[in-house]
Amino acid sequence: MTHPSAWSAVAMIAAMVLLSTTGEVLTAAAMKSIGDLDDIRAHSGLKGAIRAVVTCPLFFAGVSFLALAFFSLLFALNHLNLSLVAPAGASLTLVTNAIAGKIFLKENVDRRRWTAAVLVCVGVYLLAH
Amino acid sequence: MAHHNLSPRQYTILALVAICAPTGDTCLSRGMTNLPAISLAHPATLIAAVFTPWIAAGIALLIGFFASYLTALSWADLTFVLPATAFGNVIVALFARFWLHESISLERWAGIALITLGVGFVARGPSLTERPVAAEAAHSSAEVEEAQPR
Repeated sequence: MTHPSAWSAVAMIAAMVLLSTTGEVLTAAAMKSIGDLDDIRAHSGLKGAIRAVVTCPLFFAGVSFLALAFFSLLFALNHLNLSLVAPAGASLTLVTNAIAGKIFLKENVDRRRWTAAVLVCVGVYLLAH
Repeated sequence: MAHHNLSPRQYTILALVAICAPTGDTCLSRGMTNLPAISLAHPATLIAAVFTPWIAAGIALLIGFFASYLTALSWADLTFVLPATAFGNVIVALFARFWLHESISLERWAGIALITLGVGFVARGPSLTERPVAAEAAHSSAEVEEAQPR
């Protein structure tokens, strides 16, 4: 395990978070456009549910970004500790997703969800030290 | 906002998301730390890493995570599903401490506790943004009109 500078660590985690947020917002938009998978499976079976997902172009756009996020995760894990990369990546992604969810998915990000985002931010600050 | 009313099956799917992701991450970490340092000059070595046992196991678990995650996203908001899955951070910390033998300071434990608190906060709220029925109906009829030739 090498010991990269603080800026390198920030860059690795930032790339991972931005790619992941883009992928997750696109994937969430795709799943909302498809509808409840449990209902689709009840009507058309597992094959029908899989077909509904894999024939959605938005889903592939989301998966492409998630794949890039995955390789940036592998790269980060090669240089940084898991106990920093996994929680910091997951938590920052939560905050960026709250913002992206409100702007792009028009989700009702209420006071409860923003409070959670702030708590997570403080948690990430503590994790990084 | 819709009421927070998830079925036991839906809770099971959220639990699978929370368990599979950190377990998969831990397998990836175990696999990647066993490899020599990879530089951006040789990105192909990242592809080769995919076929090592720990990385392959991690990928299998992350596929399980992804299937559960997609199912959850089909009936809940993204801003509900992601925090609900962040409980996995606690699982990661336990794996990192007791399996990978990484040291975790008190500050990091405090950070993990705050994250978990935030997650609990969101999880107690509604799971899906309620779209006004009238607005949806108007939107649907507008789409139908657009689709029909004039």
